[in-house]
Amino acid sequence: MEATAATPDSLESSSRLWSWITTTDHKRIGILYGATAFVFLLIGGLEAMLIRWQLMKPDNDFVSAETFNELFTMHGTTMIFLALMPLSAAFFNFIIPLQIGARDVAFPRLNAFSYWVFLLGGLFLNASFLFGAAPDAGWFGYANLTSIQYSPGVNIDFWAMGLQILGIASLAAAFNFIATIINMRAPGMKLMRMPVFTWMAFITQFIIVTAFPVITVALVFLMFDRMFGANFYNPNAGGDLLLWQHLFWLFGHPEVYILILPTMGMVSEILPTFSRKPLFGYPVIVYSGILIGTIGWGVWSHHMFASGMGAAADTYFGAASMLIAIPTGVKIFNWIATMWGGKIRFTTPMLFSIAFIMLFTIGGISGVMHASPPTDLQQTDTYFVVAHLHYVLFGGAFMGIFGAIYYWWPKVFGRLLNERLGKLHFWLAFIGLNVTFFPMHLIGMLGMPRRVYTYSAELGVGGMNLAATIGALTLGFSTLVLVYNIWHTAAKGEKAGKNPWGAATLEWAMSSPPPVYNFSVIPEVTSRLPLWTVGGMNEIPDVPPEPIHVPGGSYWPVLAALGLVGFFTGALMHSLWVALAAAAVLVVSVFKWAFEPFEM
Amino acid sequence: MSTAAIGHYTSTGQDTRKIAFWTFIGSECMLFGTLIATYLSYEGKSVVGPTPQEILNIPLTSVSTFVLLMSSLAMVLALAAVMRGDTRYSKVWLATTAVLGAVFLVFQAFEFTQFVDEGLKISTNLFGSTFFVLTGCHGLHVLVGVIWLATLLIMSARGKLGPEKAMNVEIAGLYWHFVDVVWIVIFTVVYLIQRGPAA
Ligand SMILES: [Cu+2]
Repeated sequence: MEATAATPDSLESSSRLWSWITTTDHKRIGILYGATAFVFLLIGGLEAMLIRWQLMKPDNDFVSAETFNELFTMHGTTMIFLALMPLSAAFFNFIIPLQIGARDVAFPRLNAFSYWVFLLGGLFLNASFLFGAAPDAGWFGYANLTSIQYSPGVNIDFWAMGLQILGIASLAAAFNFIATIINMRAPGMKLMRMPVFTWMAFITQFIIVTAFPVITVALVFLMFDRMFGANFYNPNAGGDLLLWQHLFWLFGHPEVYILILPTMGMVSEILPTFSRKPLFGYPVIVYSGILIGTIGWGVWSHHMFASGMGAAADTYFGAASMLIAIPTGVKIFNWIATMWGGKIRFTTPMLFSIAFIMLFTIGGISGVMHASPPTDLQQTDTYFVVAHLHYVLFGGAFMGIFGAIYYWWPKVFGRLLNERLGKLHFWLAFIGLNVTFFPMHLIGMLGMPRRVYTYSAELGVGGMNLAATIGALTLGFSTLVLVYNIWHTAAKGEKAGKNPWGAATLEWAMSSPPPVYNFSVIPEVTSRLPLWTVGGMNEIPDVPPEPIHVPGGSYWPVLAALGLVGFFTGALMHSLWVALAAAAVLVVSVFKWAFEPFEM
Repeated sequence: MSTAAIGHYTSTGQDTRKIAFWTFIGSECMLFGTLIATYLSYEGKSVVGPTPQEILNIPLTSVSTFVLLMSSLAMVLALAAVMRGDTRYSKVWLATTAVLGAVFLVFQAFEFTQFVDEGLKISTNLFGSTFFVLTGCHGLHVLVGVIWLATLLIMSARGKLGPEKAMNVEIAGLYWHFVDVVWIVIFTVVYLIQRGPAA
């Protein structure tokens, strides 16, 4: 297909819905990721609201213990795998090719496949609610609570296979982004000229590539135990229950960096833009990101101090975990130094980014506390840990992502989100999350265990729990403000030019939203901050000087994704025929995909 | 296409598919690494038999290992033939590689049925669970490889696998050699170095 300035949308000929289903454009896939993940964020948030409503007062009976188990399991699983990771993926998709000056990702159809597998995996996991069999063994599903003996229903099957499906989506995307970043950079875009967001995304992909196979194997073991009577997590046959914990946390701790590193990249773009200063210590930020990703592999057992590993292991894992605080602290000082002496503009994205630094630091400090084994033994399985992880993942990751939404929205949709509503969103979220999660430190230290559906009045934590519930409702309301802002902006939003914030990186060099071919001519950069440097890059004309080839769509990725998820559905139903039929669809789709003419 | 030259520009000069495939192999290393580590940590911990010492047939598996090693040699020759545009030997060596891979799978199928007859199933003990999942996962990889090679063979027979498509064969070769190397590790760890007391 030829796309010129006269027909900017190469897919106009086909129907709108069909063109979205078959799209291979990284920008559209990014929007699909973002929209889908946002819906899952609302679902996960609703689950949190129900949890908080139950814990509002002592001895409450709003939900049963069984429902409560399902709610906290699905809340954690949803927020991590269906909201945070894919929200990051939305930005990877939309922003990375623009930041490195590429026309698309390396494998556009594989990219579409990743999205559809993610969507279907999310639906698969949530379909469990329709069968009254939502997963209920916690987001880290410890063996042997998940064994067929203690969890005879299909709840755990939904969970294990849902995660398996989502892992495939993440892995496929990771191979794609690594190849894209290594090989699709525009002339002059050396590795050490890449924007920090792309750098942190790059490191994240390596963590995904190495960490997800471990959880894949752990889940295969679990499924074989449940379906074929294997003994991996069967103590009666000599199996060791700690095998699951080791494999899960070997994945689980690096997963924390999969969640937080992209956000660190986002704020590293936002802070310099609104301080009108280049990022302080760019190479140090990059290297400390690499260091975090590397050391992150050697600390997993700090989640297992309570399992009694012995003094030597406790000492090593405690010390290694504290070590990670160093590169993380370095980043925090770099961000502060970036703002120091800058011409700071307190826009919505900037407010979220500053809050990110502050809240992530609080979460980091409580993290160093339970890196110490004796302290951890007091805190394990209490609300103190819940407070810690929410300061890191909500105060950190989500606040950064909200900032990124406000920052890149004008690039993606061509209109600026409303600043007044944005600031209302920010302050409600900031106050709401502190009111929700700060008291949980104290609730935990006073001895309230997590994952228990109620508590007695004698524990004396009723007041603080009520405060946490009020905070959570505020937080939920703040998200509705964002939804309203999006709706308001679509109709009345101020039009954005190419570079509404005066930012320095390549994605701000073309019109907003970008044309389907991204760059009318291939950019050539001579600087790390091409738009802040005289002669930092070549001129990108608004009209392409010659026609640009844009790859057309393909429906084979969708069919392949359907086949894959169908296979797991067959396994869930214990139906060999469904599984085989779906596998056939998968194989045929992969072959058709491999042999269809699809020119890059 | 007018922009074909731009479309083929790469930052490193390497083929993008090859880079992606190397990352894939990296993740496969973690996959097999986890499986092998689990096998090792459970070795000798079964509470009932049959044990590896009682059941593993080293001479038979040495033969199938040799077959798989030879298939890697045939793979090298297949790539060389495709690169020099030798359609006749492209077909010969691709077919040889695929057939040797299939022979390995027949050996494995025979071994698995033999073990089940002798009372070792996936549910029998820890050895059964770890052995079948580890070697079964490897066998599945060989099966995918055989299908891949058969596809290349058909392409070659239709005259659609000229030297300009050598990268397709090179990547299939990377996969095949990787699967082969993994087997050498499995053969060493599971068959040659048997540790731990029998139950
Ligand atoms: Cu951790």
